[in-house]
Amino acid sequence: MASIGKITGVNGNLIRVAFVGAVAQNEVAYAKLPSGIKLKSEVIRIRGDYAELQVFEDTTGLKAGDDVEFTGELLSVELGPGLLGQVFDGLQNPLPRLAEECGFFLQRGKYLNALERDQKWAFTPVAKVGDKLTAGETLGTVPEGIFKHRIMVPFKVRKTVTVEKIMPAGDYTVEDVIAILKDADGNTVEAKIMQIWPVKIPIKQYSERMRPSEPMVTQQRIIDTFFPVARGGTYCIPGPFGAGKTVLQQLTSRYADVDIVILAACGERAGEVVETLREFPELNDPRTGKSLMERTLIICNTSSMPVAAREASVYTGVTLAEYYRQMGLNVLLLADSTSRWAQALREMSGRLEEIPGEEAFPAYLESVIASFYERGGVVRLKDGSIGSVTIGGSVSPAGGNFEEPVTQATLKVVGAFHGLSRERSDQRRFPAINPMDSWSKYEGIINEQKVQEARHILAMGIDVNQMMKVVGEEGTSMEDFITYLKSEYLDSVYLQQDAYHDIDAACSADRQQYLFDKVYEILKTAMTFKEKENARGFFLKLTQITKDWNRVEFKSKEFKELEEQIFKSVAEVATNA
Amino acid sequence: MHKVYHRIERIAGSVITVKADGVAYQELAQVTSPQGVSLARVIRIDKEMVDLQVFAGARGITTDSQVRFIGKPMEIPFSDSLLGRVFTGSGIPRDNGPLIEENPIQIGGPSVNPAKRIIPRNMVRTGIPMIDVFNTLVVSQKLPIFSIAGEPYNQLLARIALQAEVDVIVLGGMGLKHDDYLYLRDFLEQNGALSRSVMFVHTASDPIVECLLVPDAALAVAEQFAIKGKNVLVLLTDMTNFADAMKEIAITMEQIPSNRGYPGDLYSQLASRYEKAVDFDTAGSITILAVTTMPGDDVTHPVPDNTGYITEGQFYLRKGRIEPFGSLSRLKQQVNGSTRSDHRTIMNTMIQLYASFKETIEKQSMGFRMSTWDQKLLRYGVRFEKEMMDLSVNIPLEKALDLGWIILSDCFEPEETGIPSKMINEYWPKKG
Ligand SMILES: Nc1ncnc2c1ncn2[C@@H]1O[C@H](COP(=O)(O)OP(=O)(O)O)[C@@H](O)[C@H]1O
Ligand SMILES: [Mg+2]
Repeated sequence: MASIGKITGVNGNLIRVAFVGAVAQNEVAYAKLPSGIKLKSEVIRIRGDYAELQVFEDTTGLKAGDDVEFTGELLSVELGPGLLGQVFDGLQNPLPRLAEECGFFLQRGKYLNALERDQKWAFTPVAKVGDKLTAGETLGTVPEGIFKHRIMVPFKVRKTVTVEKIMPAGDYTVEDVIAILKDADGNTVEAKIMQIWPVKIPIKQYSERMRPSEPMVTQQRIIDTFFPVARGGTYCIPGPFGAGKTVLQQLTSRYADVDIVILAACGERAGEVVETLREFPELNDPRTGKSLMERTLIICNTSSMPVAAREASVYTGVTLAEYYRQMGLNVLLLADSTSRWAQALREMSGRLEEIPGEEAFPAYLESVIASFYERGGVVRLKDGSIGSVTIGGSVSPAGGNFEEPVTQATLKVVGAFHGLSRERSDQRRFPAINPMDSWSKYEGIINEQKVQEARHILAMGIDVNQMMKVVGEEGTSMEDFITYLKSEYLDSVYLQQDAYHDIDAACSADRQQYLFDKVYEILKTAMTFKEKENARGFFLKLTQITKDWNRVEFKSKEFKELEEQIFKSVAEVATNA
Repeated sequence: MHKVYHRIERIAGSVITVKADGVAYQELAQVTSPQGVSLARVIRIDKEMVDLQVFAGARGITTDSQVRFIGKPMEIPFSDSLLGRVFTGSGIPRDNGPLIEENPIQIGGPSVNPAKRIIPRNMVRTGIPMIDVFNTLVVSQKLPIFSIAGEPYNQLLARIALQAEVDVIVLGGMGLKHDDYLYLRDFLEQNGALSRSVMFVHTASDPIVECLLVPDAALAVAEQFAIKGKNVLVLLTDMTNFADAMKEIAITMEQIPSNRGYPGDLYSQLASRYEKAVDFDTAGSITILAVTTMPGDDVTHPVPDNTGYITEGQFYLRKGRIEPFGSLSRLKQQVNGSTRSDHRTIMNTMIQLYASFKETIEKQSMGFRMSTWDQKLLRYGVRFEKEMMDLSVNIPLEKALDLGWIILSDCFEPEETGIPSKMINEYWPKKG
């Protein structure tokens, strides 16, 4: 039985509630305003006969003595077909439908079903009466856009169940029962098209977790070649404001080689979500020829939306990602920015008067971040198919200084670090990933040995540049000067990529391999110049043509022409020519 | 049946505590003390103990002052008669005009549903090349002017307000020097813009809590105009004072500070204001320009730092000029592709060359030999600073682009600029 309580204190979005009966940690409750509006809340601490709840809404108007209704349920999401292409808030309310009902502004206390109740789905049974199944195994499928959406034995089922009844092929709503299952003790479970799952509990209905080993191509050269991300891996993008975190995530959400992208816009600008929202339906996914929106799901809890729902938004995002992973799909979850969620934790922790850690973040920050990223991973499902959840989180460190708690806690748990540098973004060297500080533990698409050599040239170039600042160009040897120019060349034509150019914005794995080989060849070519001025002039021109080369269709006629031009000019300066 | 209480349990900073029941969070109360009458709002409820933030400050409040709850949260009147008027943050006229009480609206109201926003697409013309050409301001953008104390930021704000073709200007002054307040008011008046302006002003000598109310009041009013289809420009100066007011109050409330004394929710607090900037699907818009002074000229100070994470770029005002480096309009891509075909080329080329000029200056100061290329850059840099960067330059975008070509062609050969030949053929001035 769900309990009831009365408010005894209000402090921002934290309320203190005296209750009778039993209450669970993370249980959902509703605080009732005198007007009858009910505000969704979550229990975050229990002490004796009172509980403290974070309210997911503005608490204006709540009084001591107001009623609170506990629900007995943990904060959960609806899982089923019809999620893709949607835009939800952090609590899984569909924003476009809210707009239809409430107009321009969000209205507190207004909650809608995530999944449409009257839409019908064409169900095809897979399981047969008498089949013995466990949680997460397939009962049947429905088509959802380009995917075969698996309807599975509810995840909450603990034991092996026998299929007592399965509905024939036909159209069903998400609430229709499509199978009746019975366990050994004779308990029956009705499986519907949709199911409900608590967001803070990972969905683990697979047979084993595997090591992430296959690259997830993002089509950003600096990432795929130098700091690759694996499917099922985790990575973070810390950087000061304006360094390009959001643009990089937007690019990745467009071009990453995955089945489904879930964008969790967590406590950042609404305008950025609007760009995705309005542009994606118009853009085609080259992999499928369908609109990008069909493979995208947006969880949107932007900075002026209720702070407490920020935390919910990243968990909602990862739970939906895990759900699609259960269907053998590769899912990418991008969270922008995890720092905002950490700040929401900090705000709450402050109101709870917990003993603060560094920069007033709560002491449990690290473990919370670690267990979030732990939800990524590649898994072998019970039917042998493979699914993955890759997690990429941006981090917004105060003052752009990476020595702060959120960045540090994140670096401990992720598999790749794409550190954006203010210096590079000021120089408009985008993506502004710092090639010297960043790292990845995953395998990429290019021969590691060659990548190491390229890295070495970059490092040497930076050294020479430093030295030149002291001794001037005159004091630098020709050899060093050429090394410097080569490293700048590599930086300009390979590391940098023009996000706003139709072609250069995305560089396929094939093209990267091709380009890398050519650039590598140039880097390895010994060159002779009369004067430094000639060397500079040569590389300036070479850079220009190579950039043009990046901007034409791969293997087109122009592409071949430019390639010839490049190598002709290189041949002219090659030492043994 | 408004409840009245006569016993104040605690007084600290601008916060008083009374024992009361049936009081709602954020409810307003009237506090009457020997100092006069002030509004106050409920900021914490703990059983029967109610903390109130007194707008006029708690100075002079006695333990037996009267607290009368009025049963509703903070509101501000809204009507067209606000135009041309000046108010305090709590909506009291400060221009000797009549009190306006009609049509009260909630301040700090809910956030716009992102699904109701549209992608910004209109440029705000300012006549300032450093903005129009290099970092175009866009309708519905939220942009701070990062500045150190003493820079002419209020002059810049006033000038943009005047040149921008908007329907309504809402000015929120926080911790303004009285002279600055008069300057802004007179400037708008003399230029005939006061009649389409509303001002909410808190000066440095006014009670600190009123400072907190200014952005909310200004933005609530702006929002109403925008819903009615108006394009509104909101000017806020200075948001650092606003943040400092929050800091002061947080400290008296004994909140644990997160960074240099600022409360942990600084980001959320600033964001909930800045995010009011919007272009409504089927209605008007709100554009926000906000001065943020940087203590010690340090962008990593919590106020500019948190602001930069929220706003859509920033203008750096330094030595009376808008710095080309660091300044950024994140929305410029949305508009500068459809102004004139050479806009992006001029923008990129001139900035790159200016960056090279800066490097040359550095080399020069270290005593390195200046090559012919360096000499060219030196000439270019001087002209760029004088003819483009100087804030006294006031020309429309197209003129500024033309001027860009002239400066480039006076200083360089076409191929030295790296401009694609298609552009050169079309725009490079023919010498003759
Ligand atoms: N890959 C890129 N290519 C070109 N410009 C970029 C790129 N990344 C960022 N920018 C520029 O930098 C600005 C800020 O980028 P953004 O991703 O919003 O930064 P952050 O999220 O780190 O604050 C963009 O508006 C754009 O002008
Ligand atoms: Mg961002």
